[in-house]
Amino acid sequence: MDFSLNDEQRMLDETVSRVIREQYGFEQRRGFAGEPGGFSAANWSLFAELGLLAIPFAEENGGFGGGGAEVMIVQRAFGRGLVLEPYLAAVVLAGGLVERLGSPEQRERLLSPLLAGKSRLALAWGEPEGRYDHRTVTTRAERDGDGYRLSGHKAVVLHGDSADRLLVTARTAGGPADRDGLSVFVVDPAQPGVGVRGYATIDGLRAAEVRLDGVHVGADARLGPEGGAADALDAVMAAGCAALCAEAVGAMEAACELTLDYLKTRRQFGAPIGRFQALQHRMVDMRIALEQAHSMAILAACSLNLPAAERDRRIAAAKVVIGNSGRFVAEQAIQLHGGMGMTDEAMVSHLAKRLVLIDHHLGDADFHLGRFAASGDDDLRTDKLVPASRFSHSLRGSGR
Amino acid sequence: MDITYTAEECAFRDEVRRFLRSRLPADIASKVREGKRITREDYVRWQSILAEQGWFAVHWPKQYGGTGWTPIQRHIFDEEYAAAHAPYLVPFGVSMVGPVIIKFGTEEQKQRYLPRILSQEDWWCQGYSEPGAGSDLASVKTRAVRDGDHYIVNGQKTWTTLGQYANMMFCLARTDPAAKQQEGISFLLIDMNTPGVTVRPIITLDGAHEVNEVFLDDVRVPVENRVGDEGKGWTCAKFLLTYERTGIAGVGHAKQALAHLKDVAQRQTANGRPLSEDPVFRARIAEVEVDLMALEMTNLRVISAAQNGGVPGAESSMLKVRGTEIRQAISDLLRRAVGPYALPFLPEALEGGWDGAPVGPAHAAPLSAQYFNRRKLSIYGGSNEIQKNIIAKMILGL
Repeated sequence: MDFSLNDEQRMLDETVSRVIREQYGFEQRRGFAGEPGGFSAANWSLFAELGLLAIPFAEENGGFGGGGAEVMIVQRAFGRGLVLEPYLAAVVLAGGLVERLGSPEQRERLLSPLLAGKSRLALAWGEPEGRYDHRTVTTRAERDGDGYRLSGHKAVVLHGDSADRLLVTARTAGGPADRDGLSVFVVDPAQPGVGVRGYATIDGLRAAEVRLDGVHVGADARLGPEGGAADALDAVMAAGCAALCAEAVGAMEAACELTLDYLKTRRQFGAPIGRFQALQHRMVDMRIALEQAHSMAILAACSLNLPAAERDRRIAAAKVVIGNSGRFVAEQAIQLHGGMGMTDEAMVSHLAKRLVLIDHHLGDADFHLGRFAASGDDDLRTDKLVPASRFSHSLRGSGR
Repeated sequence: MDITYTAEECAFRDEVRRFLRSRLPADIASKVREGKRITREDYVRWQSILAEQGWFAVHWPKQYGGTGWTPIQRHIFDEEYAAAHAPYLVPFGVSMVGPVIIKFGTEEQKQRYLPRILSQEDWWCQGYSEPGAGSDLASVKTRAVRDGDHYIVNGQKTWTTLGQYANMMFCLARTDPAAKQQEGISFLLIDMNTPGVTVRPIITLDGAHEVNEVFLDDVRVPVENRVGDEGKGWTCAKFLLTYERTGIAGVGHAKQALAHLKDVAQRQTANGRPLSEDPVFRARIAEVEVDLMALEMTNLRVISAAQNGGVPGAESSMLKVRGTEIRQAISDLLRRAVGPYALPFLPEALEGGWDGAPVGPAHAAPLSAQYFNRRKLSIYGGSNEIQKNIIAKMILGL
């Protein structure tokens, strides 16, 4: 049992934290948000130069072979700075899916430019009727010559309007909620029949509705076996949830720091408002929520290589705790800032929006509570939550 | 970053489990499982078995008969202990006065008292709270006036847990009324058989006799029964409040209670199906379970830091707040799980050996009483509000 970072992880933490501290101030961030795509192309290139985009990929794919712990370090720092760049969408979700499903040729073609910061991918998994379930897919992929013809509507595709390639989940067989029959296709958003309607999200990012109207793609656009993408999608969603948990922890830390600072400096009734016990206890409750969230982000990051059922049980639990504590910290941070917390000018309001809306990415607390509750009636063993050594080799944060 | 136990720690867990399986008396374990009241004889019998194994004074240094276990080993022991339905370990001797004597006591005090704690000859109780000194403990008014080789002690202590069984009490008494509040307090060891000591029961809302009032009328206490210097009792009291607090989260107890909740939910019926399949109740159990997972991970972070030489400070207060909230939430669900059968209250059904017919399912009998009993968790050991004051001051600097 060791919760400390190793030397490489510590260096990574220092590097990415310094970048956020020095080059991602809140005022600078406003500028980044105004650029095309809603984030800074220069930052994206910088992240590529620093190797951040290569962290979670295997060495054979040009990556550094990092695991949950390394992504947690990056995402936590990004959460502190409210980073706008599409790390989750392009690297963790879409890149992760390419790595899991792609042939060597596809991996080379898609990952090399991604890792170099020259290409941006997005994962179009959601649908208007699917809510948070990535297996509910009605978008069809029908055989068309030696390729496929795709039709359907993909919903709230994170950074879908700035991606040069979309990874689209579509059904090659089965009914809307079947596990079998799910396939993934690479789609060029510029090709005929693809309609992308981009928009801002209230948490400061960008997303898109993507309509596919008989879009023809070649057979080489399919990632992985026809109809057999469900396991890889499950794994990528789990990794995405873990990354979101870490980001939320960073945002909660920043919100707690700003709020504590405000309590110590804002004066009313002749004293700093942090003297008042009612406010102290709220602040303490925020801090306790942050610690519980941090614990679960660690658990999530260290559980990605477990067998799928146990991995998903823990990820669901983590996302529930993160959703609840993130919303709690957000609401309290606004409340303790009083009127200032209501303004667009204050960073805390932007942290609060991101924290509340993280719960709407990849499944909210209710969705994951349902998954957790359905995850089996096996009795609670004392060593259940942190299982014994049979998992130890795969649980180490660094290995994939 | 590695959140797994080592092979040695897993082997240790197996060893603890084996010991508990073979040596914990079945009649005591079933009383705990069924929520029945544990007698003095039960406690002494079981604690003697632990002592014989050398596992009673878990956190004492080895030279005094402790185990020398690491914080992680102690955590594993706590978990297995609760899972095996071993009874609450009476802490006042082994976990409270023992460490104070080891830290601040004279050689004579160590030689006299420590072996008697291990051998169960002494049953200690805690003379801290008073009618006017609860959360504000430093305002104790019990007076100890020097009279030659003795102190003459007068005052009233309260909430004295299991004081009816005790032959010894450690006590905070004011030796210098002129000094500032936290100064002028001394830490005294009082023989409960001394003339002038009167113990009166307090019956709590669950019908239990767990706590007492202790009246001290001109009680003569030898000066050699003072631990530490005169007027430095607050140092001992504070040490005791921060000593060995990594177990304060009660993760083992909470896990055992959650397992019991799941078991009860499977045996109860709602709408013609097991309650455990009712979506609303299932979600309520899931909510408390994910919170418990977060608490366990937080506890492990603190324990792991302690293992590496860190001293848990106000983090213990977070563990206490969350641990007690979660245990209370589970006891709330346990009561709700049995529906209308939460109503019947047969105090005699909570005594071991009672062979009358239960009203409703036997597992329902203690649940309401336990729910009310567990309200104490957020009050004792420094109320949760006091813990939040500590966090605000020590961690947040407010």
